[in-house]
Amino acid sequence: MRDGNALAGPLSDLFLPDPTTAWRLCPGCGTDAALAALHVYDQGPAAVARCPRCSEIAFRVARHPGQLWFDFGRGGALRFPAS
Amino acid sequence: MSLSPGFSGRRGFDTSRLPPGQYPTYDFPVLSAGPTPEVDTADWEFTVASETGWRATWTWEQFLALPQQDVTTDLHCVTRWSKFDTRWRGVSLDVLLADAETAADFVIAHCHGGYTTNLPLEDVLDGRAWVVHAYDGFPLSPEHGGPARLLVPHLYLWKSAKWVRGLTLSPVDEPGFWEAAGYHNHGDPWREQRTWQD
Repeated sequence: MRDGNALAGPLSDLFLPDPTTAWRLCPGCGTDAALAALHVYDQGPAAVARCPRCSEIAFRVARHPGQLWFDFGRGGALRFPAS
Repeated sequence: MSLSPGFSGRRGFDTSRLPPGQYPTYDFPVLSAGPTPEVDTADWEFTVASETGWRATWTWEQFLALPQQDVTTDLHCVTRWSKFDTRWRGVSLDVLLADAETAADFVIAHCHGGYTTNLPLEDVLDGRAWVVHAYDGFPLSPEHGGPARLLVPHLYLWKSAKWVRGLTLSPVDEPGFWEAAGYHNHGDPWREQRTWQD
């Protein structure tokens, strides 16, 4: 086991690409969709991104003073193109 | 001397009724975290369950046959709008929880569509919370939570869960949908309890 510093490498790969290039395979219904195809409900307290087919939550982004909360919950994985 | 066109002037808003950081609105904004569920009152059931295994269920007809209350109250949304003198009709949680066998300190509201919110039990008793089914004299519309929603007007409006279908009484607190995304666990607008940091 290593401490969280070991995440620096893999996370730099994850957060550098344009997130709109990512795809998501919905663990709820199997729909494979680009992020741009997700349904986003952002009129409320935060943005809630949902599967366009089954409405299962993909992730939530909440902006609070000085903090950004990014909650994947059970939303499955985002898939980024990599070299 | 020039006067700024404040809220308390020509439009008649009483700013003393505004919690800190809020502005008044005549509109009734619709803020949803997902698609509006279609809930048929023919299928509607409301269930209260406690940690002892006790539970009670009401059909729509049974729910409407319970003692009804008319409530006029102000609403305060964490997105900073407030709406004064909203008129609701529904059943007090004092009625729905009257026979509950419980030593719980918390209540978790469950909704069609998967939304949840958590409240201290003491915040929903003594005439401070209702399950409402009518707004301004008409059946509650789906975009505002119809056929029935929770109304807990002394807390931020995300606690007044739309499309409510039941309550769970629990000795353990369980952060709900927004509470788990950094919003305040209690949500008192007068203490401006918006986020975990407040």
